[in-house]
Amino acid sequence: MTAVDLRMAQRPNAPMTTYRYDEYDAAFVRERVAEFREQVRRRLSGALTEEEFRPFRLMNGLYLQLHAYMLRVAIPYGTLTARQMRRLADIADQWDKGYGHFTTRQNLQYNWPKLVDTPDIMEALADVEMHAIQTSGNCIRNVTADHFAGVAPDEIEDPRPTAEFLRQWSSLHPEFSFLPRKFKIAVTGAEHDRAAIMVHDVGLRIVKNDKSQIGYQVVVGGGLGRSPFIGKVVGDFVPREDLLAFLEAIMRVYNRFGRRDNKFKARIKILVHEKGIEEIRAAVEAEFAAMDRSVFSHDPAEFERIAAFFAPPPYETLPAASSAMGAAKLETPAFANFVDVNVSAHKIPGYAIVTVSLKPIGGVPGDATSEQMRVLADASERFGFGELRVSHEQNIILPHVKQDDLFALWRMLDAAGLATANAGLVSDIISCPGLDYCALATARSIPIAQAISKRFSDMSRQRRIGKLGIKISGCINACGHHHVGAIGILGLEKKGQESYQITLGGDPTFSASIGEILGPGVTAEQAPDVIEHLVDFYLAERQEGEAFIDTWRRLGHSRFKDVLRREGEDGADI
Amino acid sequence: MALISDGRFVEDPWRRLADEEALPKTGKVIVSLPRLQHALEVLAPESALGVIVPNTTEPSALIEALPRLQLISISFPAFSDGRGFSLARLLRRAGFKGELRASGRLVADQYSHAVGCGFDAIEIPDDLAERQDEEQWRAAFNAYAMSYQRGYAGRGSILEARRRAVRS
Amino acid sequence: MAAFKHPQILIASNLTDGEVVFLGPLGWERDHRRARVAQNAEEAAALEALGKRDISANRVVDVYLADVEIGKDGAPTPLHYRERMRVRGPSVRLDLGKQAAASGGAP
Repeated sequence: MTAVDLRMAQRPNAPMTTYRYDEYDAAFVRERVAEFREQVRRRLSGALTEEEFRPFRLMNGLYLQLHAYMLRVAIPYGTLTARQMRRLADIADQWDKGYGHFTTRQNLQYNWPKLVDTPDIMEALADVEMHAIQTSGNCIRNVTADHFAGVAPDEIEDPRPTAEFLRQWSSLHPEFSFLPRKFKIAVTGAEHDRAAIMVHDVGLRIVKNDKSQIGYQVVVGGGLGRSPFIGKVVGDFVPREDLLAFLEAIMRVYNRFGRRDNKFKARIKILVHEKGIEEIRAAVEAEFAAMDRSVFSHDPAEFERIAAFFAPPPYETLPAASSAMGAAKLETPAFANFVDVNVSAHKIPGYAIVTVSLKPIGGVPGDATSEQMRVLADASERFGFGELRVSHEQNIILPHVKQDDLFALWRMLDAAGLATANAGLVSDIISCPGLDYCALATARSIPIAQAISKRFSDMSRQRRIGKLGIKISGCINACGHHHVGAIGILGLEKKGQESYQITLGGDPTFSASIGEILGPGVTAEQAPDVIEHLVDFYLAERQEGEAFIDTWRRLGHSRFKDVLRREGEDGADI
Repeated sequence: MALISDGRFVEDPWRRLADEEALPKTGKVIVSLPRLQHALEVLAPESALGVIVPNTTEPSALIEALPRLQLISISFPAFSDGRGFSLARLLRRAGFKGELRASGRLVADQYSHAVGCGFDAIEIPDDLAERQDEEQWRAAFNAYAMSYQRGYAGRGSILEARRRAVRS
Repeated sequence: MAAFKHPQILIASNLTDGEVVFLGPLGWERDHRRARVAQNAEEAAALEALGKRDISANRVVDVYLADVEIGKDGAPTPLHYRERMRVRGPSVRLDLGKQAAASGGAP
C-alpha cells in the first residue's frame, strides 16, 4: 500500500450520517439469513417445491433470469456508507463476475450468483448492515427517497427518517407479505420531487401546514408498466403520528380488495382506477377510523430516535463560493464542464452535491465494476464523510463535497472512468437490463442506449441540447420508467424482430405525465436516427430556457409526429 | 388434513361436517358458511360450533354469530393469497376470542405470519404435511425472536423493546 | 396438442446455479450443441416427460421446448431471438456467459 492508500483507509471516527443498526436490527437480519439458508436447504432437498420456494426466494431478492440467478440487494433510500460500498465490491469479486448494476429503485443487482452461494452472500451483506429483504415478491419493496435528501437547498424535511421508519415497519409484516402484487413506496421532502412519487403505489410528500407542522400528503395508485397511471391524493395532510396507521389502512384495503384473478390487473393502481379514488378514499378512511390507533401512539419517540441518525455531518464554515474551484475551472475546461453539468447546489455554503455518472459514452447504463465501486468508496471517505447515494437515475451521488475538493475529486474519478460530464443530459440514459439479462424482457434495451449515447457523444452538442431524459424499457413492465421519460423507448417484439416504440412527453416529477406514443415501432438501427431527428426539431423550435419537455408541451405532440411523418415521406422506412 | 398448533402436529378434536350430513347433537363440528344460519337455529347455545369461511368473507357476515362460535376456519385457496391474514385481523378486532384456523396449502414459512395475525392453528393437506414435517414448522416459528410491527400477536415487538430500554 | 412445426430442444435452468441447460442424450448439458433434438411430437413429448421428472428430482426448473433449426454442422440453433440470447449470453458483454466459454474465455 502506498502512503496515499493508507490515508484512504477507513477512519474509525467517521461521523454517522445514516441509520445504524441496533442489536434488534442486527439480530433480525441474521435471523433472516439463517431462515433463508434453511429455505435453500429445503428447496434443494425437495421439502419445498419451486412453486413454494419461489415467493420466499423473491422476498429475499433472488430472481431466476435469462442466463443465471439475479440477486437484488436493498440499498434503503439509496443511501450507503463507504464500508458498505466496499463490501458490494467484494461480493461482486467473490461470488459474481466483478461488477454490479445500480437500478431505477436505488438498489444493486448482481447478475450471476449461484443459488447455493446466496446464503453466504447474505451473510456477507449482514456483516455490513445490508440485506436483500423484500426487494422482490408480492410485498412492500424498498422504500425509495430523494437522492439529494438532507443536502438539497429546496428541502422541507429530510425524507430518509420517514423511509427508514417505513422500512422497519414493512419488514416481514405478518399481514402484508402476500399481497395481490408488489407494493412500492417513495418519499419526497423538497419543493421539487426527485423520487417520482407520483408513479408509485404510495407516494409520500412531506409538507408543512399553516401551523408549520410536518405532515404527509399521501398519493396512491401511481404506477408504470402495462397500464401507467399518475397517483391520486388519498390523504391531504396526514400528521406524522398517524402515518403508520394510515398506511396500514391503505394496505389492508389493498390486501382485501386488490384483484387476484389477473396478474396484470393486480396493482393498487387498477383498484383505484376501477373503483375510483372517492370510493378508495372512503374505504381507507373507514378502516383508519376503525383501527385501534393507540397501538401506534408511541411511534413519535421511535421516529425521533431514527431521525437522529440523519443529523447533518460536521460541515466546516466556508465561503459560499470556492476560489480554488473557480481557478481550477479556468485552468481546466474539462473540469469546468464537469462542474457545470454534474455538480448541484448544496444547502450548506461552500459545499456541493456531485453526481457521478454511470453512463459513460457507449457504456452499459448503471453498471459499475468492483474496482469502480472501491474508487467511489474511497472518494466518499476522502471527500464526503464516507456517504454515498444511489439515484433512481442509476447514478451515484456524493452528497457532501467541499467545493475546494472538487478538482481533486474530479481527477480521482477521471482516472477511474467515472467523470463523464453528462448528468441529466441526453446521454445520461436510464435503461433497464432488458433482454440481455432479464427473463421478462421482450427486447434488448442496453444496445439502444449505447447507440444513442454514441450518436450524441459530442459534449458541446449535449450541452447545447441541455436537460433531456431518455428512458428505455425492454418490456411493458417498464422498469426503465420509459412512460415518464421526456423521450421514452419501449422494446417490444414485432414479427419475430425487436421493435422499439417511442413515446414523448413523460415527466416523473410533481408535474407528472405519461408519455404519448409517437408512431409505429422502429428497428434498433433506426432508433438513433429517429431520436436525432426529434432532438434536431426541438433545437430548431425551442424558445429561451425551454427544455425538451417544455417545447413538446408548447408545440403539442402532433408537431413531433409530423417530424417522423416527413421522414417517412422522404422514403425512410418508418 | 393435518393440524399444526404450537409448532406440533396435533389431533384434531373438531370435525368438518359435509353439507349433506345431518347436524349431530353433540361433538365439535365445523359447518360451511351457507349452513351457519341453520346450525345456529338448530343447535343448543352451548354446543361447540365452528364455521369454515372463504377468505373473501366480510366480517359483518359473522358479527352476530361470533358469540356462538368457538372456532372459525379461514380458507386459503393458495398460500400466496394473503387475504385470510387480514380477515383474521378483522375478526380479532371484532372481538372473536375463539380458535382461529388457517386452512389450506400454507407452508411452514408462513407460520409466524399466521400467528402474528391472530391464528391459533394451521390446517394443511396430508401430502403437504409429509414434505413439511414438524421440525420445519417449529423451526419456522422460532426463526425470529422479535418482529418490527406493533399490535400483532406472537413474538415480541422490537419497538416495544426499544421503548422499554429507553424508559429503564 | 399444437401442430409440430420445427425440430425442438428442451431448455431449463439448473437449480443450484441458474445456468441455462439443455437436455442431451446423457442428461443436462451446458452446451446447446449437445442437446437432443425432437423431430416429431412424440419425441417432444418424451423430452417434456424427462424434464418433468427432473423438476421433481430438484435438478432443474422452468423447463420448456424451444423451436430450433439445424445448421450445417448439425447443431440446433433456436429460432427465436430470446432463446438465441440464452444460448450465447448478454450481447453487451461478450466476455460473459456461454459465448465466453465457447471462445476460450472465462464463462
